[in-house]
Amino acid sequence: MIFDVLIVGGGGAGLRAAIAVVEADPGLKVAIVSKVYPMRSHTVSAEGGAAGVIGEGDTLDEHAYDTISGGDWLCDQDAVEAFVAEAPRELIRLEHWGCPWSREPDGRVAVRPFGGMKRMRTWFAADKTGFHLLHTLFQTSLRHQEIQRYDEWYATRLIVDDGRVHGVVAMDIRTGAIEALAARTVILATGGCGRAFPFTTNAAIKTGDGMSLAYRAGVPLKDMEFVQYHPTGLPFTGILITEAARAEGGWLINKDGYRYLQDYDLGVPTPTPKLRSMELGPRDRLSQAYVREVERGRTAETPYGQVVYLDLRHLGEARIEARIPFVRELCRSYQNLDPVTDLIPVRPVVHYMMGGVHTDIDGATPIRGLYAAGETACVSINGANRLGSNSLPECLVFGARAGAAAAREAREAPAAGERAVRAQGADERRRLEHERDRRDGGAERIADIREQMQETLEEAAGIYRTRDALDKAANRIAELRERAAAARLDDHSTAFNTEMVAALELSSMLDVAETIVACALNREESRGAHQRSDFPARDDGRFLAHSLAYRGADGGPRVELLPVTITRWPPGERVYGR
Amino acid sequence: MITLQVSRYRPGQDAEPVFQDYEVPLRSDWAVLDGLAHIKDHLDGTLSFRWSCRMGICGSCGMTVNGEPRLTCGTFLTDYGEGPIRVEPLRGFPVIRDLVVDIDDVLAKLAHVKPWLIREGEELPLTAEYTQTPAQLEAYKQYSMCINCMLCYSACPVYALEPDFLGPAAIALAQRYNLDSRDQGDRFDLLATDEGVWGCTFVGECTSACPKHVDPAEAIQRYKLTAALTSVRNLLPWGRS
Repeated sequence: MIFDVLIVGGGGAGLRAAIAVVEADPGLKVAIVSKVYPMRSHTVSAEGGAAGVIGEGDTLDEHAYDTISGGDWLCDQDAVEAFVAEAPRELIRLEHWGCPWSREPDGRVAVRPFGGMKRMRTWFAADKTGFHLLHTLFQTSLRHQEIQRYDEWYATRLIVDDGRVHGVVAMDIRTGAIEALAARTVILATGGCGRAFPFTTNAAIKTGDGMSLAYRAGVPLKDMEFVQYHPTGLPFTGILITEAARAEGGWLINKDGYRYLQDYDLGVPTPTPKLRSMELGPRDRLSQAYVREVERGRTAETPYGQVVYLDLRHLGEARIEARIPFVRELCRSYQNLDPVTDLIPVRPVVHYMMGGVHTDIDGATPIRGLYAAGETACVSINGANRLGSNSLPECLVFGARAGAAAAREAREAPAAGERAVRAQGADERRRLEHERDRRDGGAERIADIREQMQETLEEAAGIYRTRDALDKAANRIAELRERAAAARLDDHSTAFNTEMVAALELSSMLDVAETIVACALNREESRGAHQRSDFPARDDGRFLAHSLAYRGADGGPRVELLPVTITRWPPGERVYGR
Repeated sequence: MITLQVSRYRPGQDAEPVFQDYEVPLRSDWAVLDGLAHIKDHLDGTLSFRWSCRMGICGSCGMTVNGEPRLTCGTFLTDYGEGPIRVEPLRGFPVIRDLVVDIDDVLAKLAHVKPWLIREGEELPLTAEYTQTPAQLEAYKQYSMCINCMLCYSACPVYALEPDFLGPAAIALAQRYNLDSRDQGDRFDLLATDEGVWGCTFVGECTSACPKHVDPAEAIQRYKLTAALTSVRNLLPWGRS
């Protein structure tokens, strides 16, 4: 059995890719391998919306400009142009598949404002947009019985020979069986890696698996230093309070009740939201303003760190219930407060990875037959800072593109190299069985090493960075990698061994952590989400370029630069609120 | 500290599930899931359970807590006083290991009801949407909120006795599409059967168990009415189209 297209990951990008494959050619053999059931994928947690030009007076060029300036000119502009042109079609396609988009009174799809966007162009399904989008895709995928699923299978290795991918090796989590799955093409759609940090909106499953699979196979990871902190997470849990709360009119205030963003070149406060201004500035700038507020002593102390407040009280119960009911539900269930009457304590929280597997505009990587899409990939349309509501359409547009491109290639690609599949499958089986059996490790647990990795990253690769801290972190992560290889496993059984999965995930996150630190060290400038206190200015002369982190011969990362593609928007100043 | 009495079942090792006690810190903001994660990370790496988003939307972490089906991410330790708290796998499902159950049967039932938008004739071009007023959206919205957490199946006394019963979430999902103004499909033959809505004895446990207020019981009752009317119409000579 040889699959034409094998997709790793069953979230927004993976499901969209699978449907694109069967639409291109129902005769192709396509499968989704995912460590969770599709509807558990993290797309489900996206709240605020999905951007696509539809409103009167809006243009594709304006969406492109907002995205490019939001990304501090690190986006590839040809990719952005394709993205903004295809996003509306993809969102309408979802509508045709039944997505319950929120509506205007006359029955047309409604749009709302969003951070960093000059026009209202964010489609939404109340504030459970990702949930509805994922379930619509999943349910639509059920109509296509050709799509085979390996639910709760964990892919651990890409089979690559002679510069071409030939499949993956994966473990059936339920039974512990390890199998080589042969395929002509493979699409990685495993999402991001927020769990490499201690405080994140990301679900437990977001451990950078696809990034690590590609990196180990020789594909560079691109722009890994660009880690997005979302300005409004709940303390302790890190649960996201959507940007839509600010788009609907919410204010960010410090402990004195002052709308502090006015002090950080983000405009002047107005009673109702103004686009590209104040609370609707971009996420990187808002998270950086929080750090400055902490330094000025104007934040409030809690057991889980310093917080500012999100004030929704003036919106009133009716508007909160109609437009952001999930915000209220989350605050009541997880923070024991009601935003109708109480302030919401918030702080910046790791949310999204701008970087990822290096691909071209069709999701193709340098390895023939290997594609990536969604947060796993870096095309790049997000540059140095992603705008809110661009990630869901990114999953759709580039999931569809990768699916279509893989379908085309599968019809021409040679049959998977049987010998490589057999040999590498056997090799990986030996490695995993050895991992599972290891009993003689030291006293250290997987969770202890994971926590130390997370703290190391937060300290060195957080909102502000310096060479000294990054140097130390690089050494520390190399040391943690050695300790992880010797850590002890309590569980040696085969059935649903989640400790073994955790050990494999830790090893993925350590790959990702190394590349984040190496890229951050190499980029001696400040741009978007990457702020170097020792190099506070943007330096287009040296760094109007992507970072490419390759796995070096010694196992450590080697960073090269690749010029950014500029089409129509030469680098300029990022202006918000004025 | 509070005691969690956790059901353990390791195939090949335990002949049947046994309880194991663990002491975990009793913190006001800890959910039962945080207690389980504490066990996994610090006390016993062999305990297996599913979880992911820990914000009540991915549907992974359903378990039986002190006898009731609950999402463990949204069920707090302090809700149980001094404890102990008994944590078991969702009832009504085969146990794979520890707190992990086999949900493939329900997955197949969800797929069985044709949970996708069915249209006759040509699709609209990708430049236009089907219009749907807020009131038309409201007509099915509640049924679109199901997160597939399986709590309703665990609570359902019929499903426990009749494994062929389509069950609450699948019927609610069918109604989600039946009531969608854009849908032109016919799911009558799938739903108006003994395994479908007529299997339900209207106990309403599903609705009490639902953490998302989907109200599957109402979905089932409403479809019984639809089904009855349709059956009567089909019997009348002028009723058939």
